[in-house]
Amino acid sequence: MYNYIQNLADNTLILGQRLAQWCGHGPFLEEDLALTNTSLDILGQAQMLLNLAAEIKGDGSTADDLAFLRDAIGFKNVILVEQPNGDFAHTMLRQYFMDVYHVHLYTILSGSSNQSLAEIAEKSLKEVTYHLERSQLWMQRLAHGTKESIDRLQNALNELWHYTHELFEESEELDDLVEQGIAADPIHLKIHWEADVKEWLASTALTIPKTGWKATGGLNGHHSEYLGLMLCEMQFLQRAYPDCEW
Amino acid sequence: MKCSFYRGPIQIVNGSNQQILKVLKGVTDPEIPVLSLQDLGVIRNVSSSDMTIEVTITPTYSGCPAMELMEQSIVELLSGEFSKEIIVITKLSPAWTTDWMTEHGKKVLFEYGIMPPTKTGKIICPQCQSQQVELISQFGSTACKALYRCTDCLEPFDYFKCH
Ligand SMILES: [Zn+2]
Repeated sequence: MYNYIQNLADNTLILGQRLAQWCGHGPFLEEDLALTNTSLDILGQAQMLLNLAAEIKGDGSTADDLAFLRDAIGFKNVILVEQPNGDFAHTMLRQYFMDVYHVHLYTILSGSSNQSLAEIAEKSLKEVTYHLERSQLWMQRLAHGTKESIDRLQNALNELWHYTHELFEESEELDDLVEQGIAADPIHLKIHWEADVKEWLASTALTIPKTGWKATGGLNGHHSEYLGLMLCEMQFLQRAYPDCEW
Repeated sequence: MKCSFYRGPIQIVNGSNQQILKVLKGVTDPEIPVLSLQDLGVIRNVSSSDMTIEVTITPTYSGCPAMELMEQSIVELLSGEFSKEIIVITKLSPAWTTDWMTEHGKKVLFEYGIMPPTKTGKIICPQCQSQQVELISQFGSTACKALYRCTDCLEPFDYFKCH
């Protein structure tokens, strides 16, 4: 169970951190605020999930310890969320992929047999539903905008598509949790996610890249180089001044 | 739902709790100082014994940075009035909803210049009461608000979103 919660927690922590990097760099003021407010919601979810992970771990670690004192190999997020922000189309496509995923995930987990997880999911679902409304609007605008916006979105799709499969990776451990009614079934999630995403894609001129490689490894701690670089910045203070508080 | 105990308006159990609630009216949202936590619907339950006062709160948005400050304010204010241990418990479920905002809360928000949450879809400019408004951004200065503009008086204003 710990690995599963860690995966969910790290997906939100790393995605939230990436979004926060837009602070002061948004394409315009309102969008800057929207990106960082979305980040804040997602970091709040990360905090709740890390608290639960720490509780399950049960060795006295806190959510902060998990966030700031693990090395890259200890992180179990999908590689998709650690990818650099790229341009706005890139960030918003990744966000759209994650929003669709999170809405389906939290919908299922609201009924989890683990009550703590169910409560976190119920709380988070309201937030990600709103995030999805926003990212969906951007997907419409960018996909039906100018040649430039369509080209940029296609580029983002070419780069990010192969990272999405990892969201639905199966494992024996996960099977057990699904059996116990704790976790969401990845096959079920994939069906719903693909149906939504492909319905949107069908309404656009965008095409899914053909090459068939799939990113994998994140759930076992094998990440792209981008995660380490991000952690250097994110964890700097706690590493340089252990246990500092303010 | 799992804990029906926390649904709906808070229960005022006895006289001493009423006194506590009165003091709690002084704890306001740090971002919107006219709005008390009770009006916001954040305080879900109050109970007291000879030694302790327990206040149960629920977060508005999971990442809301104001929550910690709200907790501190509750402890500070109640410790000043009662010589008991103050315990603040955070409950996630049922998840906070703007349905719990009181009518008084909505009124003071509007007077303060923020359009309160409405399910009618009728968003009115708090400056000039015009209904000719347009959405500028789905997020305003904080996660709980969206940014609108009045096309009559041209003033931008925050709308406290339904949640
Ligand atoms: Zn007006």
